[in-house]
Amino acid sequence: MKVTVKLYAMLGQYLPAGAKDNTVTLDAEADATPASLVARLGVPAEQCHLVLVNGVYVAPSERGARALADGDTLAIWPPVAGG
Amino acid sequence: MAWARRILRVNLTEGTCKHEPLNMEWAMKYLGQRGLATKYLAEEIDPKVDPLSPDNKMIMATGPLTGTAASTAGRYSVITKGALTGAIACSNSGGFFGNEMKNAGYDMIIFEGRSPKPVYLMVQDDDARLMDASGYWGKSVWDTEEGIKAAHGDPQIRVASVGVSAEKGVLFACVVNDMHRAAGRSGVGTVMASKNLKAVAIRGTKGVNVDDYPAFAKAVTDGKAVLAENAVTGQGLPAFGTQVLMNVINEMGALPTRNHTSVQFEGAKDISAEAMAEPRRSDGKPNLVRNAACFGCTIACGRISTIDRTHFTVAERPQYHGASGGLEYEAAWALGAATGVNDLDALTFANFICNEQGFDPISFGATVGAAMEMYETGVLTKEQTGGLELNWGNAKALTDLAELTGRGEGFGAEIGLGSKRLCAKYGKPELSMSVKGQEFPAYDSRGIQGMGLTYATSNRGACHLRSYTVSSEVLGIPEKTDPLVTEGKAGLVRAFQDATAAVDSSGLCIFTTFAWTLEDIAPQVNAACEGDWSAEKLLEAGERTWNLERQFNIDAGFSGADDTLPSRLLKDAAKVGPAEGKVNGLDQMLPEYYEIRGWTADGVPSNETLSRLQL
Repeated sequence: MKVTVKLYAMLGQYLPAGAKDNTVTLDAEADATPASLVARLGVPAEQCHLVLVNGVYVAPSERGARALADGDTLAIWPPVAGG
Repeated sequence: MAWARRILRVNLTEGTCKHEPLNMEWAMKYLGQRGLATKYLAEEIDPKVDPLSPDNKMIMATGPLTGTAASTAGRYSVITKGALTGAIACSNSGGFFGNEMKNAGYDMIIFEGRSPKPVYLMVQDDDARLMDASGYWGKSVWDTEEGIKAAHGDPQIRVASVGVSAEKGVLFACVVNDMHRAAGRSGVGTVMASKNLKAVAIRGTKGVNVDDYPAFAKAVTDGKAVLAENAVTGQGLPAFGTQVLMNVINEMGALPTRNHTSVQFEGAKDISAEAMAEPRRSDGKPNLVRNAACFGCTIACGRISTIDRTHFTVAERPQYHGASGGLEYEAAWALGAATGVNDLDALTFANFICNEQGFDPISFGATVGAAMEMYETGVLTKEQTGGLELNWGNAKALTDLAELTGRGEGFGAEIGLGSKRLCAKYGKPELSMSVKGQEFPAYDSRGIQGMGLTYATSNRGACHLRSYTVSSEVLGIPEKTDPLVTEGKAGLVRAFQDATAAVDSSGLCIFTTFAWTLEDIAPQVNAACEGDWSAEKLLEAGERTWNLERQFNIDAGFSGADDTLPSRLLKDAAKVGPAEGKVNGLDQMLPEYYEIRGWTADGVPSNETLSRLQL
């Protein structure tokens, strides 16, 4: 299945070469989770502060169990703030 | 004691400058800056006064920690009755001006009356005098600041001034200090210009004392360590600034787009922090040159940017080729998503003009967004806009309007009315995305429910800086709450409102609270000031300030009926993203909010509440 992964701010360095607009589309395993894709891209889990699937927050305790579906968008930020 | 214990009272009608002692009884109840100046204003003016009449007063106020060694302790606020809103206004600014004012030995400067001719106030420690500003009237903030420094031969003078927009009556004009830091919202600059006061220039060399220096040094060191070790204040904000939120808020479907007709902007990626760091094609340099810090700040979230020299806005204008104050998140949203413009250089140019001529990019961009919706729907014609084609996404129209608004000319003068008056003028009051006359900042309350209550109950009109529940609902600070539910938000909003009012009264920057709680701030205030300043007492001072502001607004003619949102947010559901199908549930939050505030069902502080807070 295809999952769109977006890595922002300092996490952009973990995107594969050629990624555009902080985005890459991955062929993911059927049982992929946010945690498994984070590991596959080599992103340190402790830097994944804000994790959204289709814009909805996934708590740290759920990131290894939340099943991703074909067409999902996974977006991740390190600790950031604004205002 | 960190208070200077001294006020400078400037009567512009009579041309006098007098020193008077600070009311320490009030200082012990309101701390300083926002709270204490609001107390002075509420005591000294009729809340029903016309904001632009000589009977309105304007106060520049520091907090007790302003000018000390505490991190971010360079803040000052401008407190008055707002020109845009007719409500209490308190606009907070960083930079270096607040520190200079405190070092000159003043907790506050109170301006009253109206000068018969343009003047500026020149302060050098104890010496304060009004000087002729006729040579600066009609000049920009940037030219005025440079001119005053040159005239006095002292580049260390700090200047806060108004631009041409304020002189021309643009209702959301700012007071700008240090070239690009601003007391930005509610039209405090318009009030200043209405008094024929062009600038305040200060050189202060007296120093700032604290009550218990060893305890203060320890508390400040401890506090700075917390900021440095926190990933948000130690890494995220310095590297990416507030602009990092652009993609966050868009991804979660809460980015108000094209005058709130949508909640996601396809161009968000083009105007984000990440885009600011990308090398551009013309010269290989990114928009972002470096970050920047205000006085004493160990976070340094500020952005310093350049515009592509080949861009249409500056190709023939080398005076804009240098680095200057870049886009913060709220400005980038208002100039970009609210108008559908995704041209980063155009947004940066418009932001430069907002700084140069001194007007609020949030209210400006949001009002342009409202005008664009009226143009797209045929309410406004090209003849009425002076030939401007106000289609969504028209970058040239945006930058032209920035310049026209900065000069108060053509259709820019109409934009300068703000969206409430502009939309009413053309028979479409429902298209103004505002509360109490002030435009929303960059969070759609259909996707972040608590922000709806924040906006509706904000004492200075729609504002994110009165209770930034985004911290909790989006960022998980201090703990994560669900942005799509209304449950628990009344208590959350009240807690943020009271704590924020306390921080705004201290001299510190609200951004410290991404890492600090009042438990981190209290030891610094307690060591610096006389009295026993616990976190509980700070919170009580914040609650007192909130209720005082509320009472001022009620006396000015506002009521619970004004604690509402535009019908678009209450009736038109979000069409995409996680909030699809949702409106803001204000009706589910507001009664509970009134109750936990100790207010009546009509939103009036009860006698019991007023008595408890010694109001």
